[in-house]
Amino acid sequence: MPKDSGIGASSKRREDVRFLTGAGNYTDDINAHGQAHVYFLRSDIAHGRINSINTSAAEAMPGVVKVFTGKDFEGVGGMPCGWEVTDRHGAPMQEPPHPILAQGKVRHVGDPIAAVVADSLEQARDAAEAIEVDLDELPAVLDMKAAAQEGATLVHDDLKNNICYDWHLGEEDNDKINGIFANAAHVTTLDLVNNRLVANPMEPRVALAEYSRGTDEYTLYTTSQNPHVIRLLMCAFVLGLPEHKVRVVAPDVGGGFGTKIFHYAEEAFCTFAAKACNRPVKWTSSRSEAFMSDAQGRDHVSTIELALDADNNFIALRTNTYANLGAYLSTFSSSVPTWLHGTLMAGNYKTPVIQVNVKAMFTNTVPVDAYRGAGRPEATYQLERVIDKAARELGVDPIALRRQNFVTQFPYDTPVALTYDTGDYHGTMDKLEAAADIAGFAARRTESEAKGKLRGLGINCYIEACGIAPSNIVGMLGARAGLYDAATVRVNATGSISVMVGAHSHGQGHETAFPQVVADMIGIDESMVEIVHGDTSKIPFGMGTYGSRSLAVCGSAMVRATEKVIDKAKKIAAHLLEASEADIELKDGQFSVAGTDKSVAWGDVTLTAYVPHNFPLEVEPGLEETAFYDPANFTYPAGAYACEVEVDPETGKVSIEAFTAADDFGNIINPMIVDGQVHGGIGQGIGQALLENCAYDENGQLLSASFMDYAMPRADDVPFYGVDHSSQTPCTHNPLGVKGCGEAGAIGSPPAVVNAVLDALNSGGKAIDHIDMPVSPSRVWTAMNS
Amino acid sequence: MTQVSMTVNGKSVSGDVEGRTLLSSFLRDHLSLTGTHVGCDTAQCGACVVHVNGEAVKSCNMLALEADGADVGTIEGQAAEDGTLNVIQQAFQDHHGLQCGFCTPGMVMSAAALLKDKPRPSEAEIRKYLEGNLCRCTGYHNIVKAIMAASGQDVSSIAAE
Repeated sequence: MPKDSGIGASSKRREDVRFLTGAGNYTDDINAHGQAHVYFLRSDIAHGRINSINTSAAEAMPGVVKVFTGKDFEGVGGMPCGWEVTDRHGAPMQEPPHPILAQGKVRHVGDPIAAVVADSLEQARDAAEAIEVDLDELPAVLDMKAAAQEGATLVHDDLKNNICYDWHLGEEDNDKINGIFANAAHVTTLDLVNNRLVANPMEPRVALAEYSRGTDEYTLYTTSQNPHVIRLLMCAFVLGLPEHKVRVVAPDVGGGFGTKIFHYAEEAFCTFAAKACNRPVKWTSSRSEAFMSDAQGRDHVSTIELALDADNNFIALRTNTYANLGAYLSTFSSSVPTWLHGTLMAGNYKTPVIQVNVKAMFTNTVPVDAYRGAGRPEATYQLERVIDKAARELGVDPIALRRQNFVTQFPYDTPVALTYDTGDYHGTMDKLEAAADIAGFAARRTESEAKGKLRGLGINCYIEACGIAPSNIVGMLGARAGLYDAATVRVNATGSISVMVGAHSHGQGHETAFPQVVADMIGIDESMVEIVHGDTSKIPFGMGTYGSRSLAVCGSAMVRATEKVIDKAKKIAAHLLEASEADIELKDGQFSVAGTDKSVAWGDVTLTAYVPHNFPLEVEPGLEETAFYDPANFTYPAGAYACEVEVDPETGKVSIEAFTAADDFGNIINPMIVDGQVHGGIGQGIGQALLENCAYDENGQLLSASFMDYAMPRADDVPFYGVDHSSQTPCTHNPLGVKGCGEAGAIGSPPAVVNAVLDALNSGGKAIDHIDMPVSPSRVWTAMNS
Repeated sequence: MTQVSMTVNGKSVSGDVEGRTLLSSFLRDHLSLTGTHVGCDTAQCGACVVHVNGEAVKSCNMLALEADGADVGTIEGQAAEDGTLNVIQQAFQDHHGLQCGFCTPGMVMSAAALLKDKPRPSEAEIRKYLEGNLCRCTGYHNIVKAIMAASGQDVSSIAAE
């Protein structure tokens, strides 16, 4: 029977009421008295040298408060990168400056050149048109392989080349791996593009900054997944402000998907300008601006090689990948193609020798950083595409080939630096085969063929490293921050509880799921527990929400803090019951003395904590505890996905006929929310596979800068999904046994879709090895007719 | 500036607007009805859908002056006076039809317009109708399911609650 409350219950989301009635409080819904608006004049070319900027006409326009250019920010820090990657020779990555407003050069379409602050947005926009910018256009650096050549135009004049780093992981002995490939019974090679995407949370980014001369304090309201990270980066590295004078608030945030992790120039600008103008300053991104200024995702070009022995065992794997970082290093961009990508190349398989080579490139494009999955989708896509190609070449069943090579013993040390703590890949595949009715596929294909359609079945397995991350390990790998999280459990006198958490909810339902845990531990009603998040003046220093870490890391901190609360409450209960603390049991919100009928209720104990008339002298009054939790390892969600497509051979149109996900997320707090997370991830993955592409022309012009041009998945592009998460191997190293579910769908679905399309095309009798995402009708039709 | 008057959620309102002021701006900035959201600038995303004289309209794509004299309904007017959610809102909560909540007002307003014209739409009809409403969180699964449930259809056989 499903539970109706606490851990394991599909409690309805309490946050829904405000969202469904228009009572949400998103950043753009907030206005400050007397606020001015900023409009950024952005580069309309990809690469150019700024000769001069004349703002005098703009400054004279109606309503204009002040016009800023790069000159106003000389001496102010640039946007920092939070991860220093070391290259294959032990040298640090090349790290060019990233100014708030362009200085000397513009390096991508959308690079901000000047900013106009005016009484109204319309006045600011009008005045921006009067700014005269004298620019010499330079050749745009776009193709990654060309950009890596000697003599290529430099994106950053002060760097020795366009290569941020040339990185390596895994097998160091080239002769050894070359020998394995040379002597392998079979080698499968595939050249792949992981298409550039735009995260496109439905809420565009917004920043509103206030400054008070009276107190010298700043408040920044911003669309962020991690307000404390923004405060730290902005204060310590950009503006040089003391943190205790700066409050950062991320109120209701309309989706993030990674792109709202990063500290952006507009946030620092508004904070700076609020003081400079002595007025609140607000910026609201338009969607077109978001396409030019939100960090983008993916954009890898890879050659992947898989060696197999005569029994079809995987014996070596090698990737050579070019990763596009765009024009500047965004906050966590350097970690994505390396430690979030290379480490995942083992996948679910016991391949003994793996080598990962990554060249990360600067180009004249919008910066690229983490987008839902961040490196793990890129790894999974290569691996699962090359496995499917090998199965086709060898004439073996793709599921059988995968099963044969699954890791089955845990813990398992991969050749690429991870230790998987637990998993059951065969068990999860069993769930998939049943849920997706794999056995019935042949009959469904026959039905499709009778309608003149080609039908394909695509399989994909994935593993992720989530719950980032053990601070000592990521520190060794170059992270410039710890990745613990924190929670404060404040019990109020009458027994209700406020939990202040470092995690941020922007769709994940923390306000519902987190209380389920605390309420369950104490045995009280969920409605007695409230979550407070998103405001640095209220919450302890936590690192926020990304990398499927909220419950695994912040939830663990919350459990630890709740345990401390319970320990203290037991001391008080023991005093009230005149019993030994060791004999006190807590169940269903009652403290009782073991073996007796003596008990005292939760509310009586909490009231005693705050009205300590009859109280143990050695115990402090009050009932509030904080815990910081630094994980011992990553968590390893894993799964198996199946996609069935129909291809119309007349038009090349692909339709998703069925999509089934079998995931192992370990223990689950709220199954309804977990299912929703998987649905959303699959929707985005189908988007990548079939529809989405961030396209630049040969001059670096962004061709896909609106929803008219960038094909977001719509309701009629996707089916109902089947989701099964009954395969559960709890995480062995966090107190809840949870693994994280936020990114799985986006990681697991693109290869399943493309594998299904190729299966369909090959069923038509034509050998087609490869097709790139997005698998558009024209690409399918061309593949079928070439 | 020109004066514009209309009825919004049953109340008479008026304000002075520029010719270029959009209905969405009038609702959000002049009336502080911030439940109507703006998610794009090309009338694609549908977060700003309101009802104008009973029809679903993208309020970012209509000038405030064009709505002069109109009867406008927004998300703020959908629940009962005492706060009780209407049948569509309740179905969205029951079936987890929202995550971040940003597209939700537009989804609810579009669903209401659909169900007014077609009380029991099929799954395919719902998906087709929602082409003008983007959601990035849900993969649409639970939105479609919620609208089917709101129209009285049995959704128990649709995978995953």
